[in-house]
Amino acid sequence: MAEGMVLKSDAPINFLGTVNKESGVIEDKSHELFGRSVRGMILAFPSGIGSSVGAYTIYSIKSNGSAPLAMVCKKADLTVATGCAFAGIPLIISEEEFASLETGRQVVLDTKAKDMIRRV
Amino acid sequence: MELSREEECALAGEYGEMMQTAYRILVATGEATDAENLVSIEWAHLSGVNYNTIGDAGEQLLAELSKSARVKVRTTLNPMGFDADSVSRYGLDENFVSKQISIKNSYQTMGVTPSFSCIPYEIFDMPEKGTQVAFAESNAAIHANSYDGLRTNKESSFSALASAITGKSPYSSLRKEDSPNITIRMKVDSPDELTYGMLGYFAGKVGDTSVNVSGLGSMDKRQCKAMCGGMGTSGTCAKFLFEEDSSCEKVDFDEREAQKIHDELNTADRGDIITLGSPQLGAEEISDLVAMLKGRSFKKRCMVFCPRTVKEQAAGDCAKLEGAGCEILADCCTCLTPLISSDKIDSVTTNSIKGAFYLKNSNGVGVNLKPLSQIIRDETD
Repeated sequence: MAEGMVLKSDAPINFLGTVNKESGVIEDKSHELFGRSVRGMILAFPSGIGSSVGAYTIYSIKSNGSAPLAMVCKKADLTVATGCAFAGIPLIISEEEFASLETGRQVVLDTKAKDMIRRV
Repeated sequence: MELSREEECALAGEYGEMMQTAYRILVATGEATDAENLVSIEWAHLSGVNYNTIGDAGEQLLAELSKSARVKVRTTLNPMGFDADSVSRYGLDENFVSKQISIKNSYQTMGVTPSFSCIPYEIFDMPEKGTQVAFAESNAAIHANSYDGLRTNKESSFSALASAITGKSPYSSLRKEDSPNITIRMKVDSPDELTYGMLGYFAGKVGDTSVNVSGLGSMDKRQCKAMCGGMGTSGTCAKFLFEEDSSCEKVDFDEREAQKIHDELNTADRGDIITLGSPQLGAEEISDLVAMLKGRSFKKRCMVFCPRTVKEQAAGDCAKLEGAGCEILADCCTCLTPLISSDKIDSVTTNSIKGAFYLKNSNGVGVNLKPLSQIIRDETD
């Protein structure tokens, strides 16, 4: 279970080359979350894209204490799915849950509960 | 997902912690792609080799894994950060070199073939059509599915490693069937490899797991590789289909779309140096480059990235390129190279869309995009 603030983007994320593997800051100037840190957030984005090595980036930000509390995606991709599985970051894949989120909102997320995401 | 008794035992930890972790990754992969069961794979190709990409966390993880993990099927791997023959000339710090060697040793301890190449489809014999493989390198997965008749999903570093250790992968998505969500109509006249790279980049943005492309003329190897590299960078899509008649929704790739991508990735008017090879160049492209130069030499530094086997097999052509001012680099690639640092270099000229994305974002340098023919026109005498 995780409680935290939502950071949402409608742009997919190529973790390799977009997210700093130490700080968790988004470094791609053309990404709408440029300059923001994913650390401690409920990170919502449509899906991971691009490099398969993004799985290591997710593992790295977890090891460096810069990972999001949880991730919510619209569609599954293996880079995010395995990166989260290996790093122990809760991941929800759901178009509905993704649509219900907005940046700045405080939510409780529990992948095992019936209502996986609750507003607080 | 339905598992056999033996697979259940592995997941329960009866064959040790390593196998349990590998099966957990496969189950996470299977659930993400709605797989019903696991299928045997014959070849795994790993990504996550360059210290620049996986960092200390990755290096330590691999050192730990290598104590007990051994690959069960033929396993090859992606480029690392440098060519050991010339690394001393590039001023890399000792920490980088020692961490990179540690990563190399970990993979070799696990039984991985030290191919250090992102173009396995060009340097190894291909298995029979329809063979299930697990390729993590995105351009290689796309090439294998689209041009080599193999079957793989767009694996991640971890899913491919789990497949290498178990010899299995979830039977889902592109392993089972092709369901392109869109047809891209190629509408750009006289395309070069840069155009095909941009077409791939566009395809990645609009495609789901596979995408159909119509209106393509005949393409050479450089153009095919550019298209695979471009798509691997921008999307989740891992296969091109080439049907002229398809019932999918249609979208045009025209000059306007190409210009949009060019504007996104081209950030400099000129480059301090030139890089060729993302994906790495094969022997055919090396000899083609010699022919295109017609005895001329580069006026500035030109880094050429290729697999070691190509550097050895095409030694004569490589010597000619060195004579023309090129630096031939084996075992590494433009993509996230530590050999280009924004401390010393402001901008790079390249013909690679994939290279451009990572040079811009990860190396933090300006990118000047040009097709190879124009690079040779402008930058040699």
